[in-house]
Amino acid sequence: VTLKGKPRFSDFNLVPENWGADIHAWLVVFAAKYPFLEELRLKRMAISDESLEFLAVSFPNFKALSLLSCDGFSTNGLAAIATHCKNLTELDIQENGIDDKGGSWLSCFPESFTSLEVLNFANLSSDINFDALERLVGRCKSMRVLKLNRSVSLEQLQRLLVNAPQLAELGTGSFSEELTFRQYVELESALSNCKNMHTLSGLWDAKGIYLPALYPVCTHLTFLNLSYAALRSDELAKLLAHCPRLKRLWVLDTVEDKGLEAVGLNCPLLEELRVFPADPFDEEIIHGVTEAGFVAVSFGCPRLHYVLYFCRQMTNAAVATIVQNCPDFTHFRLCIMNPGQPDYITNEPMDEAFGAVVKTCTKLQRLSVSGRLTDLTFEYIGRYAKNLETLSVAFAGSSDWGMQCVMGGCSKLRKLEIRDCPFGNAALLSGLEKYESMRSLWMSACNVTMNGCRLLAREMPRLNVEVMKEDGSDDSQADKVYVYRSIAGPRRDAPPSVLTL
Amino acid sequence: MEKSSDKKDGLHLKDTELRLGLPGSESPEREDHDQNVLSLKSFVSGAKRGFSDALDGGGNWVFSGGSGGGTEGLFSPRRGGKNNGGKDLSGSDSGSVLKDGAAQKPSVVQEKKPQVAATSSHGNGNIAPASKAQVVGWPPIRSFRKNTMAAHPPKNDDGDGNAEAKLGSGCLYVKVSMDGAPYLRKVDLKIYGSYKELSSALEKMFSCFTIGQCGSHGVSSGDGLTESRLIDLLHGSEYVLTYEDKDGDWMLVGDVPWEMFTDSCKRLRIMKSTDAIGL
Repeated sequence: VTLKGKPRFSDFNLVPENWGADIHAWLVVFAAKYPFLEELRLKRMAISDESLEFLAVSFPNFKALSLLSCDGFSTNGLAAIATHCKNLTELDIQENGIDDKGGSWLSCFPESFTSLEVLNFANLSSDINFDALERLVGRCKSMRVLKLNRSVSLEQLQRLLVNAPQLAELGTGSFSEELTFRQYVELESALSNCKNMHTLSGLWDAKGIYLPALYPVCTHLTFLNLSYAALRSDELAKLLAHCPRLKRLWVLDTVEDKGLEAVGLNCPLLEELRVFPADPFDEEIIHGVTEAGFVAVSFGCPRLHYVLYFCRQMTNAAVATIVQNCPDFTHFRLCIMNPGQPDYITNEPMDEAFGAVVKTCTKLQRLSVSGRLTDLTFEYIGRYAKNLETLSVAFAGSSDWGMQCVMGGCSKLRKLEIRDCPFGNAALLSGLEKYESMRSLWMSACNVTMNGCRLLAREMPRLNVEVMKEDGSDDSQADKVYVYRSIAGPRRDAPPSVLTL
Repeated sequence: MEKSSDKKDGLHLKDTELRLGLPGSESPEREDHDQNVLSLKSFVSGAKRGFSDALDGGGNWVFSGGSGGGTEGLFSPRRGGKNNGGKDLSGSDSGSVLKDGAAQKPSVVQEKKPQVAATSSHGNGNIAPASKAQVVGWPPIRSFRKNTMAAHPPKNDDGDGNAEAKLGSGCLYVKVSMDGAPYLRKVDLKIYGSYKELSSALEKMFSCFTIGQCGSHGVSSGDGLTESRLIDLLHGSEYVLTYEDKDGDWMLVGDVPWEMFTDSCKRLRIMKSTDAIGL
């Protein structure tokens, strides 16, 4: 069972914490009606330790638990899972709001326990008992995914790898402490024995001097996640020279345009690139990546179809070139970090950039726009983005017309999330007929009013129209609106701050 | 011909081991994870629009705030017809722009634009000139990543070992002597990135002398000295790599980070281990 709960903008603190999406009621029903549950994958759900304990004891054959971007639990809950789930094959804890009370949970796996195949605790920061981990890894011979947290040192990593050369995915721990020459050689040797490794991540605080130890593994890598390793361009270039088969690459913008040039030169098979900002909140930083880096990648990587790119400047011309080189984009997520920033050379809005994207990339499924955008961008989207399913808009548009174009033109639209745009009731209501065929609509800090929402709710009884008001705002304003279809009527677990109209 | 019997791989005798790292390999201290100075945890999710006022001269920001008073018809276009560029800006919002008491700087800095003073009713008078845009949830980065980067800010080597300067600025030749060798060599430390690389280069450079030495220690050169034997010799009991630093002291190579070493190394000496006691 896979369950996804809160609106995506909850990842960015835009949704009240007690909004809902609590897993417990589900577990109670499952335990009563379907105790054979083996796999549970949760995204943006609220989970308590009690729920995890309940889960651990209620499903005798439980095998796989994956938690992504969830919150409400602590390492005590993990301890319960480790203690009771005798057949566990997967424990995957990713990017959650977890209360890390210490690493003792890992020691709760019984000595007789050998079934684990996937273990990901990179999210946690506390020290774990390394001996317990070493024994666990040693006896779980089918382990193929191991993602460590920062507390695991390079030397400890080497000891683990010696006992687990079969690993296919590795998330290293800290990659920075001083090694003796012998330790370095041993690490390199242990890594070179991992013939099945295709995914590498972690590399926290990676020091350039130790990266060569990875070279033996790099030849077969298809996914390299360097998004927590602040590498310089030369360090990345040297590393990528050994990664010819790379299909997915995540980096920090510390690698700068020069680093991205190296991507274009060394990774012709690249399909996905994500560039995260190392310092997103400091406007005085003048480093990071620009349009030049993105263009360089596009010239060298014609198969690129997924990009997430955080930058501080962009031009319409650059984007036009990029999509000309890479017409097969399915996911185009461009974040010009300064809201409403125009083409920095022509000073024009970025309308033509996204126009080029939607005209050229006919397979486009997901689009995130940014920069200064007028309604023209949305005219383009409505007219050309016929396969678009997910659209994210922030600080953009000129009037209701923009959103109306999208609602009218994008027949396959399923998820629309908008913040800080001048779209009002007319825009909201233009999608009246459409929302039942969509998964959800989010609008915050727009011009929508309570009356508009009430009208929508009245006209479309099978939609839940939820409004979240903020303290001190005008009574008539609908600060945050979340609309989704439901055959079960209004939910009963909404907190007082969330009104279902 | 290895001296000690307790060696498995020739690298156990501490006195003579060519150690290329901090003895004991201390790991760096971890920073306090609770340090939220830079993280956005301080932002309350209930905050309203982040920008209270003009972003730049052209001001494409549109806020409804409480402005437009009057009747709020369902379809009253607040911004006039379509495509008008939407340049209306609200005056001050009712209520504070950002709720948290932490030093919030509501205005936005754009490098080329003049600073715009916030006119929001946000009462905080401590607005520093070069202020950061503090918009809730923007840029859209998950809390985990935000908190991780805030707790462990990526360093850029711009500390003492200025990496940019190093990469550009030519070479760093130092003399290398080996005990017993008839002449010295010179190496450019700048072309190596690590102790490992330097060590390999030195092994190659001085292998001719080592062969001769081996002969005198009872191993005939006709035994086919392979490269691995040479490595054992250099890393084993025969020699230690030392250097003279800026202060004129003779130090064991490998104790300090590579960049620090290249900064302070004046010359190298491959010393017989028997002479190295006390280093």
